[in-house]
Amino acid sequence: MDLLEYQGKMLFARHGVPVPSGKPARSVDEAVAAAEEIGYPCAVKAQVQIGGRGKLGGIKIANNKQEAREHASAILGMDIRGLTVYELWIEGASQIASEYYASVVFDRGAKAPLVMLSTKGGMDIEAVAEEDPGAIAMLHADPLLGFQPFHGRRLAYEAGVDADVVRPVGEMLSKLYGVFTAEEATLVEVNPLIITPERQVRALDAKVTLDNNSLFRHPENAQLRDLSAEDPQERMAHDRGLTYVKLDGNIGVLGNGAGLVMSTLDVVKGAGGEPANFLDAGGGSKADAVVSAVEVILSDPKVKAVLFNIFGGITRCDEVARGLIEAFGLVKPQVPFVVRLDGTNDIQGREILAQANLPGVYTEATMDAAAAKVVELAK
Amino acid sequence: MSILVDEHTRLVTTGITGSEGTFHTLRNRDYGTQVVAGVTPGKGGQDVDGIPVFNTIHEAVDRQGANTAMIFVPPRFAADSILEAEEAGIELIIAITEGIPAHDELRTFHIIKKNGRSRLIGPNCPGILSPGKANVGIIPAAFFKQGSVGLVSRSGTLTYQVGNELAQQGFGNSSIVGIGGDPVPGTDFIDALTLFEADPETELIVMCGEIGGDAEERAADFIAAHVTKPVVAYIAGFTAPPGKQMGHAGAIVSGSHGTAAAKAAALEARGVQVARTPTQVAQIAIETLGAPVS
Repeated sequence: MDLLEYQGKMLFARHGVPVPSGKPARSVDEAVAAAEEIGYPCAVKAQVQIGGRGKLGGIKIANNKQEAREHASAILGMDIRGLTVYELWIEGASQIASEYYASVVFDRGAKAPLVMLSTKGGMDIEAVAEEDPGAIAMLHADPLLGFQPFHGRRLAYEAGVDADVVRPVGEMLSKLYGVFTAEEATLVEVNPLIITPERQVRALDAKVTLDNNSLFRHPENAQLRDLSAEDPQERMAHDRGLTYVKLDGNIGVLGNGAGLVMSTLDVVKGAGGEPANFLDAGGGSKADAVVSAVEVILSDPKVKAVLFNIFGGITRCDEVARGLIEAFGLVKPQVPFVVRLDGTNDIQGREILAQANLPGVYTEATMDAAAAKVVELAK
Repeated sequence: MSILVDEHTRLVTTGITGSEGTFHTLRNRDYGTQVVAGVTPGKGGQDVDGIPVFNTIHEAVDRQGANTAMIFVPPRFAADSILEAEEAGIELIIAITEGIPAHDELRTFHIIKKNGRSRLIGPNCPGILSPGKANVGIIPAAFFKQGSVGLVSRSGTLTYQVGNELAQQGFGNSSIVGIGGDPVPGTDFIDALTLFEADPETELIVMCGEIGGDAEERAADFIAAHVTKPVVAYIAGFTAPPGKQMGHAGAIVSGSHGTAAAKAAALEARGVQVARTPTQVAQIAIETLGAPVS
């Protein structure tokens, strides 16, 4: 789960990471009240997960109440690269002497947290890594040892931060590592990490990704939402316990197991079609899961045809067939379905479907043939 | 020969009294796997269809000589169960459980590595099948027979799909290893490739990858340097958009990293043939080994 800047900053504040004082706002009036409380100048910041939102007009400085109102009105509801702004973060404007970069990343390849620090902050760190890799100091922490103060000092010296802030920058890294482990994040990134003219170290931005699998231990984090990034179909699927990702095409796709569904999307695309979604009905797809899945897929009005690709392992094909019949009874789809059932109880499943003789349902024996058929039907 | 599980496997299932744990343990036993014990704290002294249940894994090892553990407990208890198996001296731990927190996986991985006593397969994996010998996990064994193709995969149902394409062309398998779709797998492609390379029964290795991480890229380097047997790869997720997690916790393209195209390119650059569809895997296998004589 990717957090919005203000959600990340509030998480930081709980762990003693210094951040500018600020308040979230969902309306112009709330934004103005927040600005009045914080004082001027203050920054009015769009809360969407898009890099470079400042250049796209999503961050403005207000010097008085009227400007706060103007900026909040302009930014709330604006569209930034396809995302609607529903929330603002109002924070006291910061004086900046230096801009650094700091992050802790769950490095899968190394199977260890990677801690990075650079004095080249405030710009795209991937570009820095490309052009001047020596400018980023990095080390892998031993998860059983943790991140020690000497690690922080070492990175600060290696990155070449100003001598007077070596210790506070090192301490900042320790705190960010603390956020990473305590909140079970997979990414904690601060860009820029600023040094103020008073030589204070502060996180001016916050990019945090939390591990969804650990949210049961963090009920307060599980409540966090990003309205701008929520797709109505994805929300509906999530509420029904299905894994659904919205895509741009017109062929609805359902399968059992993430790898098989990904493979199905590729095969559909290879046959000249455009998938409308990724939907994994799960390892043990039961009839009610199939009903929910059909409802979620058909709630996308762009869908012109649907492909069911099931290879039964734990999943039993007769269960899937019964679920499909039940779903047709409830939903009455107006688009054709291509069904490919293979694996456990496949013969029974195909017989059940043949007997039910559902309108607009085609059965195919292989994945390739099923993909070709659904592409033809979606034209 | 085969790898990891065979007729010497003595299996203990943790979480055996749960419905899934019971169902799959009995299926594994029906297949011929030696299932010697189950563990559910508080249910020691009971049995599941004749399989003795113990309160701790240590007891299952002491009393029944268990050497392989299958972890079937819910995600929030799974790391604890894996570590218990490790401390009890289990050599091979196969974690089926899906949804284990990433930081739990990280800690578990490093403790197992530091102690150097056990191998972990998974988590979030379908297990291991050595056809004709043993099945530990949830792989539908009926589709597979003994043979010369070693199959290693990050995904469950995709493994069945690819395995079935091979089976329909007459190929059998030495072993089928599901390493799982999580960010920190206990055993990765390189480990499995090493085992298949050393296994005399295995003549061809098929590896099924997917988007996310760099395990396939690292495997490509390893294959070029250390694997003499032919390897056929398949990667799922060519059409996956960046930033969207495709079901598996590990399957996400972040920025330009972890794309299927980059993985395929890395493998092809090192001489590994990459199939574009599951059907093509079997076609390449025939081109490489010739059609099997049945």
